Amino acid sequence: MHTPVPATTPDVGPTTPRPGKASLSPPAVLLLLLLLLLFAACDGRAPHDAPETPAAAPPTGNEQSAPGKPAAVAAGNTVAAAPVSGDTIVVGSIGDASTLIPLLATDASSHQIAGLVYNGLVRYDKNLKLEGELAESWEISADGLTITFHLRPGVRWHDGKPFTAADVLFTYQTIIDPKTPTAYAGDFEQVETATAVDPLTFRVTYRRPFAPALASWGLGILPEHLLTGIDITDSPLARHPVGTGPYRFVEWKTGTEIVLTANDDYFEGRPCIDRYRYRVIPDTATMFLELKAGNLDWMGLTPIQYDRQTTAARFTRAFNKYRYLAFSYTYLGYNLSHPLFADRTVRQALSYAINKRELVDGVLLGHGRVATGPYKPDTWFYNPDVRRYPHDPDKARALLAAAGWEDRDGDGLLDRGGTPFSFTLLTNQGNTLRAQTAEIIQRRLAEIGIEMKIRIIEWSAFINEFIDKRKFEAVILGWTTGQDPDLYDIWHSGKTGTKELNFIGYANPEVDDLLERGRHTFNRDERLTCYRRLQEILAEEQPYTFLYVPESLPVVAARFHGIDPAPAGISHNFIRWHVPPAMQLYTR
Amino acid sequence: MLGYISRRLAMMLPMLLGITLISFTVMNLAPGEPIDLMTSMNPKATAEARERLRARYGLDQPLPVRYVKWLGRVVRLDLGRSFSQDNRPVWDKIRERIPITLAINALSLLLILALAIPIGIYSAVRQHSFVDRVLTVFVFVGFATPTFWLALLLMILFGVHLGWLPISGLQSPGLAGAGFWTIFVDRARHLLLPVLVSAFGGLAGISRYMRSNMLEVIRQDYIITARAKGLPERTVIGKHALRNALMPIITILGFSLPGLIGGSVIFETIFAIPGMGQLFYGAVMARDYPLIMGVLLIGAALTLLGNLLADISYALVDPRIRVHDHE
Repeated sequence: MHTPVPATTPDVGPTTPRPGKASLSPPAVLLLLLLLLLFAACDGRAPHDAPETPAAAPPTGNEQSAPGKPAAVAAGNTVAAAPVSGDTIVVGSIGDASTLIPLLATDASSHQIAGLVYNGLVRYDKNLKLEGELAESWEISADGLTITFHLRPGVRWHDGKPFTAADVLFTYQTIIDPKTPTAYAGDFEQVETATAVDPLTFRVTYRRPFAPALASWGLGILPEHLLTGIDITDSPLARHPVGTGPYRFVEWKTGTEIVLTANDDYFEGRPCIDRYRYRVIPDTATMFLELKAGNLDWMGLTPIQYDRQTTAARFTRAFNKYRYLAFSYTYLGYNLSHPLFADRTVRQALSYAINKRELVDGVLLGHGRVATGPYKPDTWFYNPDVRRYPHDPDKARALLAAAGWEDRDGDGLLDRGGTPFSFTLLTNQGNTLRAQTAEIIQRRLAEIGIEMKIRIIEWSAFINEFIDKRKFEAVILGWTTGQDPDLYDIWHSGKTGTKELNFIGYANPEVDDLLERGRHTFNRDERLTCYRRLQEILAEEQPYTFLYVPESLPVVAARFHGIDPAPAGISHNFIRWHVPPAMQLYTR
Repeated sequence: MLGYISRRLAMMLPMLLGITLISFTVMNLAPGEPIDLMTSMNPKATAEARERLRARYGLDQPLPVRYVKWLGRVVRLDLGRSFSQDNRPVWDKIRERIPITLAINALSLLLILALAIPIGIYSAVRQHSFVDRVLTVFVFVGFATPTFWLALLLMILFGVHLGWLPISGLQSPGLAGAGFWTIFVDRARHLLLPVLVSAFGGLAGISRYMRSNMLEVIRQDYIITARAKGLPERTVIGKHALRNALMPIITILGFSLPGLIGGSVIFETIFAIPGMGQLFYGAVMARDYPLIMGVLLIGAALTLLGNLLADISYALVDPRIRVHDHE
């Protein structure tokens, strides 16, 4: 799972490492996009939010020296020993899974486990390129309408039955069935026909060329023979999954742990680590103590743990820390239909007034990068040559004066037409990083004469009472970003209805056109042109002030060898991680 | 007596009905819907998908209709299915969490009684003595200490530095198939810190009740009489005074019945214990209406039952307030 996009944003806190080797059906998650931090756990890290998802950061930039490299290089790790099987890995998570049927699940924990048990047709490799998983290869027709997948022969379900195109067709039919309560039907509703041509060939035809189509087939494929004729929501597979993936399900103690065991029959070879235990520890402080006591092997650290609490020699001998950019960003979004923010000059002024570098340093302790737009800096579609907004209060004041905002009555606040410049910023409860970000911004805006009040609201109320009813002035929220640049749902002017994601009401005909062209062609150069231009426009217009991209900070016990940090993170080759026999800790 | 009990039991039904009606209404007044977590801010969730989900959960029907339907199911002893993605029966979700919550609460209540009653007696008998003051400070420190903070300190000491006790969870890995005693000892080691921490916070209440009851009782005439008869102080306090001073504690025990299946979110979160507190908190945050109602219903029933039991046992031990069975 590592793949992208799960939900929402994170705050930095990856508390759940999401292993799932890349090979495991990434896109399932991908599809996920649930964005915005949903649940923020009490202390702020939501299960979903965990960024752990991946990704490394190639250095586009400056500050990060060697992204994607283990911060602490463990000598042992580089020794090329032949992988041996054995041992157990114990992974910490703040949230339990909900259902192990991937198309029903919207939380990261469920997808993490399901990602080890099921496979998709395709997945993202370590460099974030799509490669075959259950599909050996595929062809896209010249008109871009038809994709033909050639499935891998000889793959068997965990119960021994052969995997065929009928399973793929069944999964597709289940997801578009109106009775299936899935959040992922959107991409599949673009499909015109889907057929199982023969047991190893699956063909799907779209109404229009649809660029995100291929990646959508990373969704975990379900076994037809165990589900046919049963209401998917009543299926025993929700708690006892049977897939084709590298690990088989053993047991699930609700709220406590989920145990998986290596699949001897896995088509890419048996995973080296015999057992996978996913322990649910809702409190991050407790989880960290368990890690220090040696009872956990893999978790996500907070910036403060990474910098201040994991530097002792005793710790660094026993654990390796990694850091790479997460697939998410945090932004300050303006309600564009509000008179205060309708004027682009005002939004630009606010962007100059906010010191984004200070946010990265203060809130993330330097574990992140300043965001310049809606994409992660190390993706192929990222455009670094856009207008930037360094901290410049004088320029901010000048722009505001040009827009008519000056302190005429001498009360320290800017005013225009007798109204002071004052607004309320909303963010969701449970995410401390967002609250801290808001406080720092509040101070910077006060310096140029703007009063910003902060209100923190429980998630469900936040969405229903404020976002959906457009009763907000500005918000701090985050988006998870995917490996595909399509942002139609977030920026297209047709997506401003209730419950739709362009809730700030952004409308720009050129952007609409770029988004449509970009998603309906498979031509990579054409897409690149569209999305580079999109970033220029967004940077110029500042409908959001893009704040920062946090880093994922996973830590793994040093006895695990074979970890290969890459743009996709560390979990992409999880099935090849291994522990030398002398260092193995668990015999069962 | 039987007539009294059956009348009280009959009265419980309308009360329970009223409680569920109010709970159901208030719960639905909170903004948001169960499907929010699945669909809000999710680009892949279309408007049709959202409507389908609402219809599936019956959220498209008016509130009174939903309440009556819920009530109809409850009458047939069916709490419905959870709205969360696992779609499991509410009763299953509650049932799997009751044993551990009950075990911790019962053990901690026993520990509280075992410590708080002697503390209360001693403090009363030696009122204003040095030891009384020390004990008072001790129980109030327990009352005032935040659970999560104390728990973390104990975990660091016993779990990380000394390595004597497990830090969190309920069971060590790899124990499947081990003998009964091995599992028993392992479970006891896991429960030690949670039970201690939760009992520490509860000492103050019972010990202070006990102390003031005792103070009141030992000023009574019959205590003077007992002393005048030349009974040893031990008998005066332990037999004559204690019996009467214990009576209000029975009422408190009755009230604590529903508390036995209620969990504390913070406490369970810190110790990674899958108990009722986490279940209920998660249900509220996710607006999982059937699960919320299930927990509330069980809690309400136990509260009413606890009150009844307290009244009955009170009558049993105190002839003065025994209710007369009219008619």
